[in-house]
Parts: sequence; C-alpha cells; structure tokens
Amino acid sequence: MHPAFSVVFFTTATGAGYGLLALLGMLGALGFVQPDFWLGFTGMALALGLITAGLLSSTGHLGRPERAWRAFSQWRSSWLSREGVLSVATYVPAGLFGIGWVLLGRIDGWITAAGLIAACGAVATVCATGMIYASLKPIAQWHSPYTLPGYLIFSAMSGLLLLNALLQGFGLGSRIGLALAVLATLVGWGWKLATWRHNDRLEIPSTANTATGLAGGTVRSLEWPHTEENYVLKEMGFRIARKHAAKLRRITQGLAFLLPALLLAAAFALPSPLAVILSVLAAIAQLSGLLVERWLFFAEAKHTVTLYYGR
Amino acid sequence: MTCLPAQTDRKLGLVIDLDTCVGCQACVTACKEWNTGGHMAPLTDIDPYGGHVDGVWFNRVHSYEHATAMGGRTVNFPRSCLHCDQPACVTVCPTGASYKRASDGIVLVDESKCIGCKLCSWACPYGAREFDTDVGVMKKCTLCVDRIYNNNLAEEDRVPACVAACPTSARHFGDLGDPASPVSLLVAERDGVDLMPELGYRPTNKYLPPRARTQRSATVPAPALEPVKAEGGFLGWVDRMLSN
Repeated sequence: MHPAFSVVFFTTATGAGYGLLALLGMLGALGFVQPDFWLGFTGMALALGLITAGLLSSTGHLGRPERAWRAFSQWRSSWLSREGVLSVATYVPAGLFGIGWVLLGRIDGWITAAGLIAACGAVATVCATGMIYASLKPIAQWHSPYTLPGYLIFSAMSGLLLLNALLQGFGLGSRIGLALAVLATLVGWGWKLATWRHNDRLEIPSTANTATGLAGGTVRSLEWPHTEENYVLKEMGFRIARKHAAKLRRITQGLAFLLPALLLAAAFALPSPLAVILSVLAAIAQLSGLLVERWLFFAEAKHTVTLYYGR
Repeated sequence: MTCLPAQTDRKLGLVIDLDTCVGCQACVTACKEWNTGGHMAPLTDIDPYGGHVDGVWFNRVHSYEHATAMGGRTVNFPRSCLHCDQPACVTVCPTGASYKRASDGIVLVDESKCIGCKLCSWACPYGAREFDTDVGVMKKCTLCVDRIYNNNLAEEDRVPACVAACPTSARHFGDLGDPASPVSLLVAERDGVDLMPELGYRPTNKYLPPRARTQRSATVPAPALEPVKAEGGFLGWVDRMLSN
C-alpha cells in the first residue's frame, strides 16, 4: 500500500495525542496528578495539539476536503465515519476537563466525569482508527489480530513517554513513571516483533488462481492492460525492496524502542536536569521511530489486487 | 446509506466467458466511450499524449498464461466491478456516497457526496474502483445504468456498452438472482465461478472457465527449428566468412 505521509503522520500524531489525553484525563480525574495550571495547560495543549494536527493532516489526502463534514454520517457501517464522530465528540469532554482541571484548578463532580469520559473517548477513537485497517480483508497484513492491539499499545506507549517527559519537566517525575514508560516501550517492541514474525509467515489464501478463477497449475501474467502505472498500482501496488524493509525495521527498533528504553533507563540514575532532557529526548526519538514504523505498516502491506499484476 | 440492503429484488450482473474472450479490448474502449459521457462522466485522462499517461477506466483486460498438466494456454481476462452481494467498498464509505441499490443490486457512487478518501478502493479486493485525481472523487463501473433502463435506446441496445461491443459474445448481461434466467442457466451449464470466493464478498458477476481441451485440437506441436550450430569444413568456413 502506498504510504501517504498525511496518513502516516495522522495515525502517529493522533495515537500519541489520544494516549496522552487518556492518561491526563484518567490520572487527573482520579487525583494521581494534582491540578496545576502550567502542567495542565502544557499537557492538554500538547495532547489536543497532536490530535488536531493529525486530524487536519488526514484531510490532506482527501480529494474533496470541503465535503469532509459528510464523513460523520455513516457511523452505522463505517469505521472511518465512527473515527470521525468519536474524534470530534471527544473534544467536548476534553474541553470541559481542560476548563475545570486547568483553568479552575480543581477536580470534583463534573470535572472528574469529564476527565474519565475524555479518556474513554480517546481509547474509543484509537480503536476506531485500528479497526479501519483491521477490517480490510484484501490486505492480509492488516486484517490480522495484531492490528487493533498494536494501535492501542503504541498509543498508550507514546502517550506514557510524553506524560513522563511532561511530569519530569515540571519536577513531578517519579521512578514509577519512568519504570512504566520503559515497560510500555518494551511491550511495544515485543508486540511489533511478534507482528512482523506473524506477517513474515503469513500464508495468504488468495492466489493468482483464485483471483482469476483459473483452477490448478500456474497463472502467470503475460501482459498488463496498460503500459503505464495506473491509480490501482500507484495506490495499492506499492512495493518496497526487501533490503530497505530490513534496514527500516532496524531503524524502527532503534528509534522507537531501543533508544528510548536506554535513555529512560539512564534517567533513573541521573539527577533532575539530565533526567528531564533524557525523558524529552526519549519521547522525541520514539515518535520519530513510530513514523518509520507507520510508514512500514503501509509499505509492507500487500493488497490482493497486485495478484492480477503478477506482483 | 452505506448499510447494505438485506436483499435485492434482482441481481443484475455480467457473465464473462474466458473461453471465448480474445482480448481484443473492444469492451474496454466501448466502456470508456460510453461512460466518459455517461452517469459518472468524465472518465478523465491525465497527460493522454505524454510520457506518463494515466486515466480512469472501468474495465481492464489482462492476459495470462495458464499452465497445467494438460498444457498451457493464453487466457484473456476482463476485470471490472463485480457488483458484489457483500461489497465492503460500500460499508466502509464514511459519507454515504457509495451504495448498493435494493432494486437491482448495482453498486454506485454518488459523486456529489464523495470526499475522495479512497478507502473504498482499499476495501475492494478486485481493484475495480479508480480515483479521478482531476475531479477528486472515486469512480467505478455503473453496469451502464444509463443504458439498461434507457427508453430512448432500442430494446436490444439496453445492455451495458461492453456487452454490446463484444464481437465474440464473451460477455453476457442479465439477472443472476433469477435461477431461470439465461445467464444463470449459462453459469450452471458451464460451472461459472466467483473470483476470490475465500474473501466472502460474494460477487454477482461470474466467470466461465475455459473449456477442457478436446481431441480435435492440435496436439502435435510444430516441428522445432533447426539449431544453428558451428560446423566444420567448407560450409563452416563459409558460415564464418559470412558471419564477419
């Protein structure tokens, strides 16, 4: 599948943003993080900024972005529509929570409820994003039990690293926060390795035989219907050289998992100003690594239409 | 509404005979000619006379070599929308632009509602939908909805343009939901198949596999050409001289 940058950025940025929003809403509402104007303001601005930038970026690949409002109508059948509805609906409790927790500086009654509802909305939106891909049968690498948990794990992981950097920056850093960030990073790493292992051994039931209805023997493409690449090949026939895929997988592991884990581990032992810098660097490295991971998620996905082209 | 109808009154579709298709591309050009002025018009061409020509087509004909223990053969394979019973291209649509008609099962796009998110083309295993980069919306085969019900045309012309154009009658149009219709009888007689049935889209269009070989067909291949090998002696000398 063609890795459009708008969609790669969209899923990575909103994943991290909703992860952070869910954590802030939950921890704030339950009193684990006390109301503090600048901490709350920076945290909510970062979360909602990432979400908003991602959502705006996603409209970048639309042919007719001025009609995007129509995408809120088909939530009964379409995961993309559900994602749109949930993402916009989540702004309401998130905004109320921001007003109460950040501006009014208290946590009680409706503010607690708003925080918890915003956290649920964030998780539900990430689920809808994951299901857009997991529900597509023609792409076996996506139509897999690994896709939806992957989106949730990476969202929680990147959200945790952002929250840890934030808390460290405001002098509220804790060993538990660091430990959870390292743990989440290792879980994410394990999940990605398991996903790649699953995909590399995938036996796709559709073949050139079933695609053409010609039973038995071998079906070899003699001639394409067109001499130049058409929309179908440009959008769904994207191919990545095996050697580049291997290299990009190593870059993903280094940037998204290994480097953040090492930086956070070092932050355990070092005093405050260094621990803050390392925590921020860990979050930045992980987000850049996740961009590569998401690019590969598209580039390595094979659509059944390529069978018609002998690819 | 992108929820699918529980059932459709009819299942209009095509039956494509891979035995008689000669790959002449007449259906391809007839489709383009009709539809670039039809329901989904225009079928935009980008840079039509340049080096990187691209454009929207609803029907594309591939050629394959099918090699089995019985021998090999060339199979021409027209590929277009199959107007599936379970079209995921419709249910994934976030705007309601894609829909399946309850009356005849035809899958259509309402261009005025399409936002060009392209998700429907990802959801189609058959590559039937093509995006018009110029207009910014998705386009697809309409089963010539503007021909088959068109009272301005003579009755025999009320078939899709590809069917009307086929010189070998490899394309048949009719109601595949009616087991007594000529197309359904043809599918039953020739053991017509679904494409990628394992994905569960339940295509309406059926493909008739090539017929088995008969004793009447040529079984002795043409004699092989003589190998050109270097010879010695006088002829070898002449060969070497002429080769220089």
